[in-house]
Amino acid sequence: MKRSIKVSTILLAITCAPLLAQNAATSAPQPTAPPATSWKQVAIPQLPPFKPQPPKRIVLANGMVVFLTENHELPFIAGNAMIRGGAEDEPASKTGLVEIYGESWRTGGTEKLSGDQLDDLLEARAAKVETGAAEADTTINFNCLKGDFDDVFAVFVDLLRHPAFREEKLLLAKRQLESSISRRNDETEEIASAQQDILGYGRQSVLARQPEYATVEAITRQDLLDWHKQHATPNNIILGIVGDFDSHEMEATLRKAFGEWPKGAKVAEAKPLIAPEKPGLYLVDKNDVNQSEVRMIAPGIVRRNPDYFALKVMNEILGGGFSSRLFSNLRTKAGLAYSVGGGVGAEWDHPGLTVLEIGTKTETTIDAIRGLWEQIDQMKQQPPTEDELKRAKDAILNSFIFNFDTPGKVLREQETYEFHGYPANFLETYRTGVEKVTTADVARVANQYLHRDQMRVLVVGNASEFSKQLAGLGQVTTLDITIPEPPSAQGAAAPGK
Amino acid sequence: MTRSKAYLSLLAVLFCLWQTATAQDLASFEKRVHVKTLPNGLTVLLLQRPQAPVFSFFTLVDAGDAQDPQGKTGLAHMMEHMAFKGTENIGTTDAAAEKAALAKVEAAYAAYDRENQRRVGRDAAKVAELKAAWEKAIAEADEYVIKNEFGEIVERNGGVGLNASTGDDSTEYYYSLPANRLELWAFLESERFLDPVLREFYKERDVVMEERRMRTDSSSIGRLVEQFLSVAYDGSPYHRPGIGYASDLRHFSATDAGNFFHIYYVPSNMVVALVGDLDPDATFATLERYFGRIPSGPKPEEYVTEQTPQSAERTVVLKDPSQPFYIEGYQRPNYRDKDNEVYSVISSVLSDGRTSRLYRTLVRDKKIAVAAAGFSGFPGDKYRNLYAIYAVPSRGHTGAEMASAIHEIIARLKSDGLTPEELKMVKTRSRASLLRGLANNQGLASSLATNQLRYGDWREMFRHLDRIDAVTNDDVKRVANEIFVDTNRTVGILENQGASKTSNRGGK
Repeated sequence: MKRSIKVSTILLAITCAPLLAQNAATSAPQPTAPPATSWKQVAIPQLPPFKPQPPKRIVLANGMVVFLTENHELPFIAGNAMIRGGAEDEPASKTGLVEIYGESWRTGGTEKLSGDQLDDLLEARAAKVETGAAEADTTINFNCLKGDFDDVFAVFVDLLRHPAFREEKLLLAKRQLESSISRRNDETEEIASAQQDILGYGRQSVLARQPEYATVEAITRQDLLDWHKQHATPNNIILGIVGDFDSHEMEATLRKAFGEWPKGAKVAEAKPLIAPEKPGLYLVDKNDVNQSEVRMIAPGIVRRNPDYFALKVMNEILGGGFSSRLFSNLRTKAGLAYSVGGGVGAEWDHPGLTVLEIGTKTETTIDAIRGLWEQIDQMKQQPPTEDELKRAKDAILNSFIFNFDTPGKVLREQETYEFHGYPANFLETYRTGVEKVTTADVARVANQYLHRDQMRVLVVGNASEFSKQLAGLGQVTTLDITIPEPPSAQGAAAPGK
Repeated sequence: MTRSKAYLSLLAVLFCLWQTATAQDLASFEKRVHVKTLPNGLTVLLLQRPQAPVFSFFTLVDAGDAQDPQGKTGLAHMMEHMAFKGTENIGTTDAAAEKAALAKVEAAYAAYDRENQRRVGRDAAKVAELKAAWEKAIAEADEYVIKNEFGEIVERNGGVGLNASTGDDSTEYYYSLPANRLELWAFLESERFLDPVLREFYKERDVVMEERRMRTDSSSIGRLVEQFLSVAYDGSPYHRPGIGYASDLRHFSATDAGNFFHIYYVPSNMVVALVGDLDPDATFATLERYFGRIPSGPKPEEYVTEQTPQSAERTVVLKDPSQPFYIEGYQRPNYRDKDNEVYSVISSVLSDGRTSRLYRTLVRDKKIAVAAAGFSGFPGDKYRNLYAIYAVPSRGHTGAEMASAIHEIIARLKSDGLTPEELKMVKTRSRASLLRGLANNQGLASSLATNQLRYGDWREMFRHLDRIDAVTNDDVKRVANEIFVDTNRTVGILENQGASKTSNRGGK
């Protein structure tokens, strides 16, 4: 049981960049020098130059893109394939299809070996081959000791090319997903996160919809086979491998394994519909809690947006850590919350969500809402001081090296850029972009992207104790989060067959 | 440096897995670890890992929630929060004036708290007056505060993963920085344990109360765990909520936290480990200069009330609006027990991966659970503790079904133990998992500090593996028969009340 000081970071930032030592001193400390008495006295030497080798990029004739990064520190090899097409692309009537696919792809085994046999084979070698699903892609990855590479890679290839999706594992995955549907209203945080997507992207958006008993029940084994056939084709795959191997040998291995695999049809990429619910106050009543979760939600941006850099800096100032305004003013100064944070969100290929969030005791729910509003206003009315700007930029730039301090991170960056069609030097662009941001830029984006009257204000909490005061802030829409019953009435508690 | 034979044989085993000839083979690992005890008693470890010009550290204090004084539960955790508030050199515009102002806050709080707690003759008007005086004193002290300057310095210098955590057994502090910030780090980390100023204490107490609401009061599993531990233990400090009872959180003072700090945050009771691109000689020189400033102090008394071995089954049933959950625990000896690794083997076989017995039986075959696992050390393992097994029932299934399925598995473990394949699998997996961990600065810093503190020698992270290798099937059966006994069991059941109280008031 561990508890910790949590800095709530809704926005998984690319943290960031480098050599700007703000404390100009460059001389090495004298060995006999007395200890500093102020952090400002401490000399910060130059960080030695560090340019990790970029991964080797190979495109097979059938279109499969491969990245290879040698790392000989330890005797392991790990690979990850991203496959275009994800939950965004499944039909609404079968919401949950891709999640079930991601689960039963691995558990359902291959034509040769059942999933259970794969479990035995892999666990005996302390190896993993796993599959998964996300909004825009599905994944298959492996991780093994170098000495087991041939065995494990064979499983990886076999599962990628010839999965069986055995019916029993489809059923198991369905029961699992149904159980998670039945639990989705138990915890405040989970309720708030689901409603946040609904309010920010819109009830009809593929980015917000949730699997229901009916949509899960509608999924068939044929759906999984069809999905696989349609998506798991070489020209739709980006494969990254990192570890203790020789790149030439690995390239030969990959060409042998995948070279003959014929191209598939290009998968159409649909733009997800985004139609946010109207701004206003939204309430979910949960009467077994003594803390309310408040979220303010609005559409964010795509990373390609040229304002991305200025917004990253603004986010750092507003909600980016111990010294941010939200943390300092609402947690440290007001003692209103343990968990507080937020900023304008960015996604790779569709607008992210702007979310400001705070968890506060039931009695101070209204204070917390007003507190967030006030911070929005101040962000607009009081542009950052030069020092505040410098703090934020230093935080991003001095931590920049942690974006590429392991070969695995370097590889994943490149896979991600390739997948979303960003330039290979995006990280470098990001650094120079942040370096150029001025206080005027931050003031401008704050005014452009933050509007307190355009927020969807979501409160999940014990409504009877604050609903009157909440109504004083404006018209309140109560959200119905009842979980629809399964279509097959007797299925209410169908024990495992 | 002395090495045991066991350690050498283990090196040989590991070496087979480690075929690559690089600068980083296992033989060189020991050469890259440097340990030093400073004159004030602080133990410092350094592991060179020059892969990238960054480093991580882990500061471990041998005191946790179990050391909370009676009536002041939550104090160890509160002190952890206060270690982010700065020092006389960090976080204030005028240290001397602030010191005087904070002394007034403490005096005013003590007067208010004393009156407020009076059982007979409590004068509400006087309480209000004393409260106002205390709040006024706080406002005056706040005038000198530079908010969150400690965190700000770390963040603007590129620190990532800045955090800390308090467990029942220990308190830990950690983050990572670019390698050119070593001296700055030494300044910051030594300052905070040389002379923390407990400013903004009572606002931070409010923050911790919110943390309690989030983790315990407003979470069904949190509510169950608090009840479960309060019944599973008596005598042992593990029966108390580590985050503190709500009333203690409303009562304890900055003076209490300061007293706790002076007893437990002494160099002899702490270990610091650094891993990354650091030169040992220069780094140790810097560490001595900064950490050498911390005055030495005696290792605090280690005694806590021992948990009496259990003689009757105990049960907690929580009727709750949430979906069901099941947990049971069996008392076991502390981590220094000779059978500690036997428990590790049992956990691995019960819990790890899709070949684990709990997964195969409860999830795959019976399809009654979505997840299940067994683990030692609930909620800590420095003292006699629980070997716990939990299961998350699938929709429509109950705690009782979890119990009977788990008990069947346990009965089989007691009668037959493990298959040879299972035992081999556990050993292979433990070895690979140790190796995998060697590629992560923060993880390594944590392992080095933890093993050094808990055993007096960081090499125990490897010897642990050696002891796992020595575990036999007879060991597993013997230990299973010792602890998995009805009268040694505590059961916690979260039972769904039926109608969810999450209301549904007619939609829009």
